[in-house]
Amino acid sequence: MAKKKTIRTIPQERTPVQEQDPRERAKNFTEVSLGYQRDDALREADRCLMCPDEPCVRGCPVGIDIPGFIKKISEKNFQGAYDTITDTNLLPAICGRVCPQETQCEGVCTVGDVLAPVAIGRLERWVGDLAIKEGWANIPYIERNGYKVGIVGSGPAGMACAADMAKAGCDVTVYEAFHQAGGVLKYGIPDFRLPNEVIDAEIGKLARLGIKFECNTLVGRLFTIEQMLTEMGYDAVFVGTGAGYPSFMGIPGESLNGVLSANELLTRCNLMRAKEFPDYDTPLQPGRRVAVIGAGNTAMDAMRVSLRLGAEKVYCIYRRTKKEAPARAEEIHHAEEEGIEFNWLTSPVEILDDGKKNVRGMRCIRMELGEPDDSGRRRPVPVAGSEFEFEADVVVFAIGTNANPILGQTCKLKLDKRGYIQADENLATSISGVFAGGDIVTGAATVIEAMGAGRKAAAGMKAYLGLRDTDVVYLPERAGGTGKLFGIDLSERGYARVRIA
Amino acid sequence: MQEMKQGAGFEIVKRKDFSDVTYLLEVRHPLMAKAAKPGQFVIVMLHEHGERIPLTIADFDRGRGTITLVIQAVGKTTKEMQQACQVGARLYGLVGPMGIPSHIGKAKKVICVGGGLGVAPIFPQARAYKESGAYVIGVVGFRTRDLVFWEDKFRACCDEFIVCTDDGSVGIKGLVTEGIKQAIATHSDIDEVVAIGPPVMMKGCAEATRAARIKTMVSLNPVMVDGTGMCGGCRVKVGDKVMFACVDGPDFDGHQVDFDDLMARLRRFVPAEKAALERWQESCRMRSRIDAVETGATDDARSAGAGAQSTRTN
Ligand SMILES: Cc1cc2nc3c(=O)[nH]c(=O)nc-3n(C[C@H](O)[C@H](O)[C@H](O)COP(=O)(O)OP(=O)(O)OC[C@H]3O[C@@H](n4cnc5c(N)ncnc54)[C@H](O)[C@@H]3O)c2cc1C
Ligand code: FES
Repeated sequence: MAKKKTIRTIPQERTPVQEQDPRERAKNFTEVSLGYQRDDALREADRCLMCPDEPCVRGCPVGIDIPGFIKKISEKNFQGAYDTITDTNLLPAICGRVCPQETQCEGVCTVGDVLAPVAIGRLERWVGDLAIKEGWANIPYIERNGYKVGIVGSGPAGMACAADMAKAGCDVTVYEAFHQAGGVLKYGIPDFRLPNEVIDAEIGKLARLGIKFECNTLVGRLFTIEQMLTEMGYDAVFVGTGAGYPSFMGIPGESLNGVLSANELLTRCNLMRAKEFPDYDTPLQPGRRVAVIGAGNTAMDAMRVSLRLGAEKVYCIYRRTKKEAPARAEEIHHAEEEGIEFNWLTSPVEILDDGKKNVRGMRCIRMELGEPDDSGRRRPVPVAGSEFEFEADVVVFAIGTNANPILGQTCKLKLDKRGYIQADENLATSISGVFAGGDIVTGAATVIEAMGAGRKAAAGMKAYLGLRDTDVVYLPERAGGTGKLFGIDLSERGYARVRIA
Repeated sequence: MQEMKQGAGFEIVKRKDFSDVTYLLEVRHPLMAKAAKPGQFVIVMLHEHGERIPLTIADFDRGRGTITLVIQAVGKTTKEMQQACQVGARLYGLVGPMGIPSHIGKAKKVICVGGGLGVAPIFPQARAYKESGAYVIGVVGFRTRDLVFWEDKFRACCDEFIVCTDDGSVGIKGLVTEGIKQAIATHSDIDEVVAIGPPVMMKGCAEATRAARIKTMVSLNPVMVDGTGMCGGCRVKVGDKVMFACVDGPDFDGHQVDFDDLMARLRRFVPAEKAALERWQESCRMRSRIDAVETGATDDARSAGAGAQSTRTN
């Protein structure tokens, strides 16, 4: 091993990444961040101290061996770096792009105590992109075990669970209601942040694990979860149907033409490719002045998509301050660079009608921060007499989603009082053999958390089916300790499996 | 992604043209034929560049493993489908059955009303009521005699059957509301009215039954994208609530529905759709001219349909 690195000897500056010029990119849908080059990656990898307590690994919802893969980059063993990442995270090119690293791995990086943290996300993306370019895939030897596993929903949660179960030897089928797989990655997150080719390439690798994708299949209505377990012969089922069902505020003017949810805007634009209308048939009402309500990732995407569709002015309306905005830091930064006008501490009151059922403008009220609420954040309260109006022709709601009602309408899974699926700590649901995870259990969260949930559910499912957890094979150093015998989790012994009718 | 199942598509096994604008497609989908219930709908995508359009399931045949759609060629997609959807062709996307099935309750006497594109979808409801033992009065509306279809199917499951035409060329002259009024006048014990058709018609039906306080269910068909409750594009006002027609409906209490709101929202994409239709028709004309020159082909519709396929592949 080379001589020990210290905070003084590593490159002090975080390696910058090339980005498209903000003025240029606000008019196109090509990717904003161009990603690292090989030299950038090597330089940035050199900034990792290889510190022994590895806080980054704990900061990662799926526990990627981050120092391990960075070390392999430094050793120029790039495929090795890819294998290390994909032992735990099968979608590096996606997660490197969309994870909120600043609150996860990079947020706890030791280097970050003194300097800017190691750009773990950019390194992960670089490795993922290289793998796509080189055609690498981490496909282990799979021994079939005869179990059939059904996955409902092809978002990150479903894909992660599918991959783990396929690696364990199960015959896995993923059912997706849309005509294309990918969930929010496909219909929600726009191309300039996550190109569709990247998603398709990563999904292609899942297909190489033997996973079958059945699109155009609305589970619950075409067949029920119960039918999957009985007539269709599935031994276990994972439900990862996402949150769906966008919220509106209930203020006057919401049904005017020109008011829509961010999900609708993004689905039309990204999945249905309304941005290429009329080459593609799905239309989109163009907005000249667009007001987007909310400040999460969905809101940022809606704003930046509107800009690229040709809006002259795009406003962000958010009732708290920038500090509370739930979007990734980088997205807010990019949105600011592109000229989005942020109205912090502002709340919508009414959407104004032009007399022909179209949006003419909006009335808002200014807010100020009052006493802390239950979440510990200071509650925004309206400032009396501060109402104001401005001109707008499209208003987009990006204020969160509720649970999708379809499964609740069609199966006996127990739901919580908000309509999300109830699951225990192993993500098992009230129906034996059915597991659930991702946004449909937690409410809207993140890609990596959904993947983490998919993997956790897979672990639970393996225990339920009496299969050995493959993680033990992948990460032998963590398999030691008291709970394991010959690398087999002690809790795995002596399963009496009872098959449901 | 292309190598995955998506490419396969859904085969059209039968086609019948009722008029120059109305056509029937029978599509193979055994699982859906098994699952479908009256009142549900599907979302269709003609080709990879197509839009997702909701269509009510007009019939299903569990034995043959098919579902039936009756379509009116009104916009770009439905006109393009009219050309492209010949027997043997495949739909790129077909998903469903969507929506909450109609509640076929214990009503003893019902009027099933269908007008325009609602004539076909009212049929499975009428049949279901008949099977549940109800006395069924069918009321259907057409512009003129030549457009009437499925009279035999309706007569087979309706105890009374009233046809209304705009020009009076057959049956009652007037709108379906005339038929409803006539039925209400002769039967004082009607438990329920079910109406499917254009929003104005359903609004008229709801008005026709409001005074007599007869429960009136309507099937709403707003602009949709996903059909799974994910976009909210299909939201409708019912009473003082906002509902998503695709997952909370499509059936709602007609006396509660805000039809004016629905009609205004249906106009959302009119300019864009008009432009798309014009562009497409122009390209059809161009292509049939080119084909005529190159191959001397005479079959306009066929060559335009084939042409539309080939431009799509790049
Ligand atoms: C616009 C937008 C931007 C985002 N940006 C980020 C970001 O930058 N970083 C980040 O970490 N997170 C981001 N998120 C959040 C993240 O995308 C989600 O938390 C994550 O995708 C949830 O994954 P999932 O697998 O639970 O569900 P989803 O990705 O929602 O997938 C569920 C899938 O199931 C399908 N489905 C639903 N019901 C059925 C049914 N009955 N039968 C069959 N299929 C069904 C749906 O069509 C969908 O494809 C963003 C979300 C949005 C909307
Ligand atoms: S069509 Fe999207 S929510 Fe109903």
